[in-house]
Amino acid sequence: MSPGRVLAIAETEFRILRRNRWLFIATALLSVFALALTISGASTSGALGVDLLTISVASMTTLAVYLVPLVALLMSFEAIAGDAERGSLALLLTYPVSRGTLLLGKFVAHVAGLAIAVVIGFGLTGVVAFAMGGAGPESGLALLRLMAGSILLGAAFLAFGYVVSGFSRSVAAAAGGAGFVWLILVVLYDLVLLAMVIWDNGGAFSRQVFPWVLAANPADALRLFSVTASTEQALATGMGAAANALPQGVALLSLLLWPVAGLMLARLVFGRRVP
Amino acid sequence: MTDNAVLNVSGLTRRFNGTGGISDVTLRVAAGERVALLGHNGAGKSTLMKAVLGLLPVDRGSTSIAGHALGSAEARAAVAYLPEAVAFHPALTGREQLRLFAKLAQVPRKEADDLLDRVGLADAADRRIGTYSKGMRQRLGMAQVFLGKPALALLDEPTSGLDPIARHDLYALIDALAAEGTGVMIASHALTEIEARTDRIAILRQGQVVADAPLSELFARAQLPIRIRLEAPGDASALFERFGGHRINGARVEFSVTADNKMARLAEVTALGTAVRDLEIIPPSLETLYRHYSQQGEPS
Repeated sequence: MSPGRVLAIAETEFRILRRNRWLFIATALLSVFALALTISGASTSGALGVDLLTISVASMTTLAVYLVPLVALLMSFEAIAGDAERGSLALLLTYPVSRGTLLLGKFVAHVAGLAIAVVIGFGLTGVVAFAMGGAGPESGLALLRLMAGSILLGAAFLAFGYVVSGFSRSVAAAAGGAGFVWLILVVLYDLVLLAMVIWDNGGAFSRQVFPWVLAANPADALRLFSVTASTEQALATGMGAAANALPQGVALLSLLLWPVAGLMLARLVFGRRVP
Repeated sequence: MTDNAVLNVSGLTRRFNGTGGISDVTLRVAAGERVALLGHNGAGKSTLMKAVLGLLPVDRGSTSIAGHALGSAEARAAVAYLPEAVAFHPALTGREQLRLFAKLAQVPRKEADDLLDRVGLADAADRRIGTYSKGMRQRLGMAQVFLGKPALALLDEPTSGLDPIARHDLYALIDALAAEGTGVMIASHALTEIEARTDRIAILRQGQVVADAPLSELFARAQLPIRIRLEAPGDASALFERFGGHRINGARVEFSVTADNKMARLAEVTALGTAVRDLEIIPPSLETLYRHYSQQGEPS
């Protein structure tokens, strides 16, 4: 695996990301939603006694949990199945390029694209809140945490997208698979946990198992990671109880491990695929 | 031929569950030689190519490319490939795509730019591939085959779906490639063009090589009938009684001869003088030859 070749693939993939406007769409999507939440939150910040940015970071965390995995999956679901469908995958692999190099090159480009979208999208909110006098050092730090966590969450779902793409015989199947992954991990997972907590009615499951199961899902890990920044955040999101039941750093660990585990799984699936 | 073989396949076997695959394929391609690989869909052409490229694990057999064992870095660098109907990413330009391949193959970027000129894409080099015609995409595909002067090039259906002019252009490039010393293997369905453009023909049937020789030799071995068509000035009954065959209309008769008795029969015809107004000799077509070898011994 040579760094020169990884970079060559990454450069090309980033160009594609820019050309087919994904970079622009992702950035615009995050910016518009984040700004809308901030401006609508401006009216409630006074009542809660916290600054504007604190409120909007809390709202943006919920936004990021839904939107960032979606954007990441949309960027990555085509990665392997698309090249295979065009016939260029077999061709690329006859060059001195390993599957790992190919995957890593794409990952570098996609993470860079996602990071740009997150930093601009959420950063804009920080600037607006600061201009309106509703930001302090503490809420500024919370915003940075949210950005970093969102990029890690996106990286995890990029990797999940490659896994789906590696399994899929066609681009259409990959798109369906990516939608399924999003639905399961981002929506249904939480609903099932909620149902179990209600059914358990404050028993052992809710107190001991639930926080860990929550942290095991990267999307929920972002919620936990984001709220542990401050007690104000915990108040605003209502995630404090679960966060307090876990040792420090578990959520961050989950966010750091999933991209790595996902990439390894994607490499495994890709390796079994005959182009 | 043994010393300058750029591809040496021996006993190569790869079976898929149930049907398909190749079994016990032995083939050789010499430097500068153009070999056509013919066969029905599913006869194993693409499987053979992918096995030689190292994209598909094989069950048995050995393959060496330019003297290097399959799977070694040297073998990989010595072989170029043009997949069937390859479509590059539509958002990239031809130049960007070719420069990526050059970078991966560690070939100077200048060579990629020169090749775009050579395949006639100089004017379109900075346009997106999405705007290219099918012929232009295939020429871009050929440009990457040239990169790094490979010892062996495997082209999978390079002319399928191209118009006659684009097809002609592509074969000119293939000829140039062979002239530079690259051994070329072309999988194809387009029988008529194979005739003039290849030195040798290998026919695959159900994963096995059923013929592998120059075209003239294949014709001689198959002993296919040559048809002779005679036209009489008036009624052709006398000719029909003499030569048999079948009557086409009142004045014409058609009959078959073999390569051995062809000259004797022709002498008979010319001896008839003015009783024959016109004579047409129809050699067996490539299609007939192909059908002969690809259906041999089949139950139907």
